[in-house]
Amino acid sequence: MKAKVHVTLKPGVLDPQGKAVLHALEALGFGGVDGVRQGKFIELDLKESDPKKAEAEVEDMCKKLLANTVIEDYRVDISEG
Amino acid sequence: MKAAVIVFPGSNCDRDVQVVLRESMGSEPLMVWHGDATLADVDLIVVPGGFSYGDYLRSGAMAAQSPVMKDVVAKAKKGVPVLGICNGFQVLTECGLLPGVLMPNAGLKFVCKDIHLRTEAADTPFTQGYDKGQVIRVPVAHHDGNYFTDDDTLKRLNDENRVAFRYVNADGQTSKEGGNGANPNGSMDDIAGIFSAARTVLGLMPHPERLSDPAMGGTDGRPMFDGLVQALG
Repeated sequence: MKAKVHVTLKPGVLDPQGKAVLHALEALGFGGVDGVRQGKFIELDLKESDPKKAEAEVEDMCKKLLANTVIEDYRVDISEG
Repeated sequence: MKAAVIVFPGSNCDRDVQVVLRESMGSEPLMVWHGDATLADVDLIVVPGGFSYGDYLRSGAMAAQSPVMKDVVAKAKKGVPVLGICNGFQVLTECGLLPGVLMPNAGLKFVCKDIHLRTEAADTPFTQGYDKGQVIRVPVAHHDGNYFTDDDTLKRLNDENRVAFRYVNADGQTSKEGGNGANPNGSMDDIAGIFSAARTVLGLMPHPERLSDPAMGGTDGRPMFDGLVQALG
């Protein structure tokens, strides 16, 4: 199985990198952007073949290491390898 | 007094702390490799500055999971004093010994310069070498020093007098009090260092160990270590 994990900053947490990207886009003439939030995308190859178990395991990984839940949210998508 | 300095791959202030502790204690601190599963009984544990594991994923995130940190956390919970400097502060937040998180600096740049700190609480082993309100000059050198926590935790830190140091200008004013530009990284409430609830863990971004010898151009960092030795025997 594969797991795709998106780690994003929680709403309300200041994202200086996202702001810098927004300003750079504006400087390039892309005036249609209201906001930018930058996050992380992590892809995992899993040994587990049961999607439910795989999801639970990756959730645990997110809580323990992949995300810092003080400032970050995460989303896990499990798919067939 | 016995002290231990934890060494991770990528630590780079471990030797600085080793030298200051040697000077203050008059004996050698233990240098403990991160891969060790246990730690000898000591009176003080220092988690030093640097770039453990290259700051992969998040600053301090990998180091917080390394084998020796389990024992550091267990000993901290029993009341053994733990000092985390710079990357060490990041590690202590990642392993849950201190609340909040150190985010990338608001200016997105690595900041490396001397700054001023105001001692907000002098009633702990870490800060008893200073007077409350005393302004000291020490360097910062970090990319992720922008302290952030939720409003409830911030209120608790303030109500329980758990802010150890704030960034100020040379006259002792925070950016809010008129000390324009005193805050080098956008840190919430100008926080440079905080204590745990039991006041036995201190994490701070600035480097007292780097200005602890006249040959280095300043000694304002030294009272932290002398105070620790006095308090912990």
